[in-house]
Amino acid sequence: MSDDTPALPTNAPHPNEDSKPFWDAAAEGRFALQHCDDCDTVIWWPRALCPACSSFDLTWYDASGNGRVYSYTVVHRSVGGWNAVTPYVVAYVELDEGPRVMTNIVDCDPDAVSIDAPVRVVFHDTGEGWALPRFTLA
Amino acid sequence: MSIRGRAYIAGAYEHPGRHLPDQSLMEIHARVCVGALADAGLTMTDVDAYFGAGDSPGLGPLSMMEYLGIGATYMDSTELGGSAYLAHVNHAAAAIAAGKCRVALVSLAGKPRTGGRPPGGGGGSSAPEADFENLWGNTVVSAYAMAARRHMHEYGTTSEQLAAIKVAASVHAQHNPDAMLQDVVTVSEVIESPLIADPLHRLDCCVITDGGGAVVVVSPEVAADLERHCVPVLGAGEAPKHTNNGRIDLTHTGAVWSGPLAFAEAGVSRNDVDYVSIYDSFTITVLQTLEDLGFCEKGKGGGFVSDGMLQAPDGGLPFNTDGGGLCNNHPGNRGGMTKIIEAVRQLRGEANPAVQVPDCEVALAHGTGGSLAGRMGSVTLIMGREI
Ligand SMILES: [Zn+2]
Repeated sequence: MSDDTPALPTNAPHPNEDSKPFWDAAAEGRFALQHCDDCDTVIWWPRALCPACSSFDLTWYDASGNGRVYSYTVVHRSVGGWNAVTPYVVAYVELDEGPRVMTNIVDCDPDAVSIDAPVRVVFHDTGEGWALPRFTLA
Repeated sequence: MSIRGRAYIAGAYEHPGRHLPDQSLMEIHARVCVGALADAGLTMTDVDAYFGAGDSPGLGPLSMMEYLGIGATYMDSTELGGSAYLAHVNHAAAAIAAGKCRVALVSLAGKPRTGGRPPGGGGGSSAPEADFENLWGNTVVSAYAMAARRHMHEYGTTSEQLAAIKVAASVHAQHNPDAMLQDVVTVSEVIESPLIADPLHRLDCCVITDGGGAVVVVSPEVAADLERHCVPVLGAGEAPKHTNNGRIDLTHTGAVWSGPLAFAEAGVSRNDVDYVSIYDSFTITVLQTLEDLGFCEKGKGGGFVSDGMLQAPDGGLPFNTDGGGLCNNHPGNRGGMTKIIEAVRQLRGEANPAVQVPDCEVALAHGTGGSLAGRMGSVTLIMGREI
């Protein structure tokens, strides 16, 4: 990150019973996903049952942290603390494991982002023991 | 069993105000409810069903029913964001067809221009998706911008084509003295307006207004006793569209499912539709919805909306003749109610004369509540001049 690029607001999540394993993993630098033991579906976002087959037998595993940009936008006008860090990039990244996850693309010129660009996860510490998964151009 | 011809919209009223710092949210509800009932030739004592969405202050529909003095045999607080009111008409028609009520009142009010709640259609911090969508600085505009970007990538849609939608809305709004924005704009002016979230410009976005609206849905028996032209409900369809377990497709809306349901129930085809009210939170919302409703092939919306197709009275498919959310009014950041109201005006022949569609016999109103880049409630409502 260049010196003149302000850091994005990095606010702590509010883990619940469904999502705590995800955030615990993120705090350790891992992007965790759930997998259905009964129908092999990869699940996003975290939940107690498989939305494809209603099974409650789900297993957490570590994803590769790699993906591609499915879509993105460069935000020029925003709200709250985000208005001070424009322009920044909000994106849907399609993970190699399948799910499309909303995130930021960071550490690059926003104009360098494009659909299908390969990206890799990075974790930004919130300062309260949690970390947010963002992505950089690979 | 269907709702076709089994319920009528007897009254419709849009608050003329766009900035209402001196009226409470409750007063705005009250004024549009009384206005819609007066339009129908009814009073509050005739009402036996009330429908209120998330903008109704208090406990579900109950607090506003108390405020308004409504006794009822039926009540509904379906919340879908801005499309809720179209669902309410569908639910009211079903309830009337089932004999549960005879006179249903549906109201919307909001004050985002005065201040208070920020614009948005989100699910709040307790929503299961909250931490996965709320921590990235994703605004309402940036969400729709991601949908626009993906549509451009897959189909070659351009900013100029999206701008043509705003131009058509502005051409209509110049005839509406209540409209927030009454100046006709050009494609260049849209594209040269500031980028809010690339590729969406300020003029790709709807207005932010205070205000509200209400409609009264009645049984055929009640309609027959009223002098007012009552507009029959021909059919309706509803569908959720969401992120689909992480496989979100940003290039379409839930109209791909709600549309066919509504057309089938109404017994009409796309070629029968004379006028459309299309939810227009952003230009991209209109473009995707027109494709999804089948008015053009998927991906061809950009070409379809160019060359004046949407402009009344001579375009092939006149839309949002009040100026829509893009220019006229988006009360409470919820555009569904005004979509119904302008469709009713067209079917009654009471739109602004410069934009009245000649011989308007079938009108379609479509709502997109929530977000194109998350979850939305899609509702399609088809109405006729007569049954
Ligand atoms: Zn499963």
